[in-house]
Amino acid sequence: MKIVVLLKMVPDVVEELEIAPDGKSLDTTYLRMILNDSDNHALEEALLLKERHGGKVCLLAPDAPEVDDALFAALAKGADRAVKIAGIDAAEGTRAVVARIVQALSTADLLPADLILTGAQAIDDLDGLVAPLLAQTLRWSHLSVVNQVRFDASTGVTTVTKEFPGGLRAEFEIKLPAVLGIQSAEKPPRYVPVAKVRAAMKSLQIDSTTVPIAAGMPALEIQSMAKPSAAGHAEMLEGLPEAVAGKLCDVLAAHGLL
Amino acid sequence: MSGNIWVVAALCRGRLLDATYEAVALGRELAENLGTKLEVLLLGHELKDVLGTLGIADAVLCVEHAALADPVPEVHAHVVARLAGTRHPQAILVPQTNVTWELGSLVAGELGVPYVNSCTELRMVEQTLEAHTVLYGGKVEAIVRTKHAPSIFGLVSGVRAVEKGYADHAPATERITEVDVQPTSVQLRRYLEPEAGDIDISKEEVLVGVGRGIETRDNLEVSKELADVLGGAICGSRPVIDQGWLPLSRQVGKSGATVKPKLYIAAGISGAPEHVEGMKGSGLIIAINSDPQAPIFQVAHYGIVAKLLDVLPALTEAIRSRSRRGMKQYA
Amino acid sequence: MPDPTTFAYFGLPGYQALWLLTLLSFAVFGGRVLQHVRILARARPDPRWDHLGQRSLRVVTEVLFQRRLLDEPLIGIAHLLIFWSFVLFAATFFWGLLRGLIPTLPISYPDDVGSIALAMELFAVLGLAALGIAAVRRYVFTPVALERSRDATTILILIAVVLVSFLALSGFRVLTHPSEQAWRPVGGLLSNGLLAAGATREVGPKWYLGMWWLHMATVLGFLAYLPFSKHLHLLASPFAVFFSSLDARRLPQHSEGAARLPEFTWRELFSGLACAECGRCDRACPSFQSGLALDPKELIRKVKEAVIASERSAVADGYALLGEVSSDQVWACTTCAACMERCPVFNEHVPLLVEMRRALVLNGECPSRLQQVLLSLERYGNSFGQAPRARPKWCSSLNGWLKDARREPVDYLWFTGDYASYDPRVQPATRALARIFQRAGLNVGLLHEAEHNAGNDVRRVGEEGLFELLVEKNLAAFHSARFKRVLTADPHSYHALKHEYPPLNGSATVLHHTEVIDGLLQSGQLAVHHELLRRVTYHDPCYLGRYNGVYAAPRDVLHRIGAELVEMPRNRRNAYCCGAGGGRIWMEDTPVHKERPAEARVREAAQLPGVEMIVVSCPKDLVMFQDALKTTGLEHHLTVCEIAELVEGAVTP
Ligand SMILES: Cc1cc2nc3c(=O)[nH]c(=O)nc-3n(C[C@H](O)[C@H](O)[C@H](O)COP(=O)(O)OP(=O)(O)OC[C@H]3O[C@@H](n4cnc5c(N)ncnc54)[C@H](O)[C@@H]3O)c2cc1C
Ligand code: SF4
Ligand code: SF4
Repeated sequence: MKIVVLLKMVPDVVEELEIAPDGKSLDTTYLRMILNDSDNHALEEALLLKERHGGKVCLLAPDAPEVDDALFAALAKGADRAVKIAGIDAAEGTRAVVARIVQALSTADLLPADLILTGAQAIDDLDGLVAPLLAQTLRWSHLSVVNQVRFDASTGVTTVTKEFPGGLRAEFEIKLPAVLGIQSAEKPPRYVPVAKVRAAMKSLQIDSTTVPIAAGMPALEIQSMAKPSAAGHAEMLEGLPEAVAGKLCDVLAAHGLL
Repeated sequence: MSGNIWVVAALCRGRLLDATYEAVALGRELAENLGTKLEVLLLGHELKDVLGTLGIADAVLCVEHAALADPVPEVHAHVVARLAGTRHPQAILVPQTNVTWELGSLVAGELGVPYVNSCTELRMVEQTLEAHTVLYGGKVEAIVRTKHAPSIFGLVSGVRAVEKGYADHAPATERITEVDVQPTSVQLRRYLEPEAGDIDISKEEVLVGVGRGIETRDNLEVSKELADVLGGAICGSRPVIDQGWLPLSRQVGKSGATVKPKLYIAAGISGAPEHVEGMKGSGLIIAINSDPQAPIFQVAHYGIVAKLLDVLPALTEAIRSRSRRGMKQYA
Repeated sequence: MPDPTTFAYFGLPGYQALWLLTLLSFAVFGGRVLQHVRILARARPDPRWDHLGQRSLRVVTEVLFQRRLLDEPLIGIAHLLIFWSFVLFAATFFWGLLRGLIPTLPISYPDDVGSIALAMELFAVLGLAALGIAAVRRYVFTPVALERSRDATTILILIAVVLVSFLALSGFRVLTHPSEQAWRPVGGLLSNGLLAAGATREVGPKWYLGMWWLHMATVLGFLAYLPFSKHLHLLASPFAVFFSSLDARRLPQHSEGAARLPEFTWRELFSGLACAECGRCDRACPSFQSGLALDPKELIRKVKEAVIASERSAVADGYALLGEVSSDQVWACTTCAACMERCPVFNEHVPLLVEMRRALVLNGECPSRLQQVLLSLERYGNSFGQAPRARPKWCSSLNGWLKDARREPVDYLWFTGDYASYDPRVQPATRALARIFQRAGLNVGLLHEAEHNAGNDVRRVGEEGLFELLVEKNLAAFHSARFKRVLTADPHSYHALKHEYPPLNGSATVLHHTEVIDGLLQSGQLAVHHELLRRVTYHDPCYLGRYNGVYAAPRDVLHRIGAELVEMPRNRRNAYCCGAGGGRIWMEDTPVHKERPAEARVREAAQLPGVEMIVVSCPKDLVMFQDALKTTGLEHHLTVCEIAELVEGAVTP
């Protein structure tokens, strides 16, 4: 089974995010980038599939700060090859990025593949989700919010489980090749000891590929950015129990919880 | 004259999900704002039962076809895109539920039009649609505008109160049965019911967490009533579980479950790091504690300094009376 | 008296019979011992030939005088007596054996020498009395973790037979030659008894021969049985003690960990053979006592079983010890070292467990909560998963009084540690300490966000690579600062910085805050204005006490601020761990069968008359005991207080 995993670096929200003076973007002074969480789950699912059925896991990631660390960690976990797409600007829209990914898949010789796995979402998705757009472009089968992928080697059938509200799950049969948006892997992403990552850094390498910007795919323009208020300390509601209860009801209603 | 506002309904096994009503409520406001109509797009097979609560919309476009019976995203998206291509809506609102997750992107991709993810607010400003979206796990709010018609908007859950989008009558219904069904290589095989046993608190959308401030086991009843009116469950800090007042499966924190409900009410919980670790990702955190210095107030969004035996019953009562005023038989 | 070996039995001369028995016994014994040695020879080398003087001295105090055993006095003395009778009887046995095997040798039998006969009688009686005590303890008042095994019973009986057969022999000698009574008082008594019971002097020689053979045959049997029994420790313990680690804090150098037999060091495997199954480790172990999976005695027994099983199996090298020892057990250890402190044969449980943890971690197998912590330590340098820039937030209310040691030179570099910096329950104590330093006019600075977790517990959970990474990052931070000494309130950081880092800033001493405060009070830089005048007890943190022997400083401080210190029954090197160490505080703490270590400890403190406060000098203790007071319902009887908070109260005018 040949699997490509798309990985993406996103701002690390453990660090306090600051808005840049232009009011439209993040201040990068203290900004750190971290592997998007559900992409990490996609990687884990791919590794589990490889363990069960053999094959190769290749990683493809737009270049970004700290992406090398993430790629080496993934290689240390058992991925076979890592390629990064050089020269992508964070402000490019998702569709432009998807167009570049499609090109990179062939320039980096990653096709044919049976599966492309990526996270069902990223915390900086603004104008589209990668998995469905990619599937659409490649004309591959697709499902997102997936939390289990099973391949039956004897029948060649792939089944995919998707979680629906209330703990209900739906099981689909899907034809390969397919693009899957992984919500969570069957097991939490594995731990890779630092010694192994360091060994990978010494002995393995990351390939790089460049692809031209896809024309005619404008990104959404952000007018402004702001941090929601009330971070750091709760907004205190005061008054007699009945009054407080009333105010709380308003809060709940405003959040669509009533 | 601008086109209509569409809401794509989120259906799961023939039942409308709450997010649909939330989207309808927002769509209604937008339609008023623009002076156009709100239409709900209902895709499925044998859909009669669900029409009766969509009266807030001006019309329902009921697209029925055997191929639409199962939630296969690419099939649904293609139908929506085709319809939009002929009917020219101004905006298509898609609630971002797990059932409809891929829809917005797919429709926008097929039509080559803009898509805005995770919207919390939509309005008309200077002839353009302005959307508020949340980024970076809610740490930042961004405002984007789009002039393109149609534009597609994914809505986060809780954009409006469900009751505002809920009616006890059906609107005018247009049935569409001639649809262009795209062949697919994705087939629903079966549904897997959640396993029996105690509830899985990590899957609950509303949790009332109780700590040692609850004082006695009998007082748990008070928090249970609150959880019931909110349609959620109760859980606890470790001391409460240690006492045997709640089973281990209800423990939140480092030694228990990590939960991310939409609402977490921390009642009589001091906010020790081991507990906070398990619940800090919750959408809305409300803390009730008699100690104004309790660290839980540093993670909560709203705080109340009071005895929980005073506040919890009052809150339960207030919620009950509101829902009595609101929708009567919303089930 | 007839010579037992020149006398012929059914035509077979005695000495030939003795040769037969001896060869048989030695063959069985030697074969078994050789098997053991072969396995040890294949293990990882760990040469321990340094400090021969110190090692020999340890054999004297710990083997000849059995210092450690004496802290359980009754059985300690009993064991010492059995040991000394064993030594005496072993010596006389070989003497007698030599004489018996070569009857032409121009020497007498040992007990032909009067004074030796007297000594043997004396130790036989003492030994029997001690055996009686040991038997009553084992079978009547069985302590925790001591088994009534068939093996133990067999051994007790064999030793008793050896001693009793000698006394009987003595009796028959006196019966034959009443003149020997002078050197054989017990023999005299027995002989009188025999006469009174109607025996004649003529039966003496025959019974004497019988007893002699019984005695020698039992010892030879004992010898053959020994290497199959827990009493192998009789032979192994002197070696175990001689080759024990002179620095029990030492963890094996960076290794890939150990799971299969040859991956362990020979001394680690030897611990199984040296173990006396005395259960002292279990009785001290917080994991075992709280009902967690780990049982240190059982752990060592598994090592022994593995050694024995691998002797039998063809796949010796593949024998997986990890697996026989479950990962639950491996993760349950707090690395408190109480077991190692008490083990009479100086077994090293902690390095053994850490090696297994390393193997697990390298395989990516670690408890999920721990995994999250390791990830955040790697990324953010702290176990709280918070931003590095949030580290110095605790001191934002101190108006910038503390310096940034990277910007200006300081006398003391304060390495705060994760819990003291990030945990809201500990921050007040951290601020109290800062104000004490301010009052004393100390020139102190921090590394701010450049400080990373020191890695003490990272090492102990077996993530050696991450430990090295943290060391590198901290060393870079230390390099960017100018300071004379390093101080910390966290015993875990203290231990790592002091022993597991290369020398800081050339040779800066590392001090615990109790040591610094003690110095300030002593020199008068801090004056006590309000005596505390309360009865308190003090908990020794494992990494300050057992690991570093800092017992006096905190006690001095308490004394100087006027507190009345009442010791808990388990104090200093016997202190009972709070349960947080070795990375346990990072793992899930699910309900245990009995009581959590911290709960047992606060209960212990609550027993002390008039004591209302447990004083601690470790941030993790503060957290653990606060929690334990809640879960035990003792919070109205006891409070927990970090020592700095008490000192601040005392020195503030
Ligand atoms: C290794 C380890 C693992 C742990 N794992 C977990 C875990 O998984 N989950 C967990 O929860 N804890 C865990 N703990 C325990 C944790 O440290 C805290 O002790 C615990 O969370 C405290 O629970 P609490 O907030 O209910 O109690 P408390 O800290 O005692 O807080 C009770 C709160 O109730 C308030 N209160 C009292 N009366 C009233 C009233 N009438 N009305 C309103 N408020 C009132 C008080 O002001 C106080 O703030 C762990 C601890 C350790 C050391
Ligand atoms: S170090 Fe402590 S917890 Fe670990 S085995 Fe020894 S006594 Fe038990
Ligand atoms: S390991 Fe040491 S303390 Fe434990 S039972 Fe064996 S000899 Fe005794």
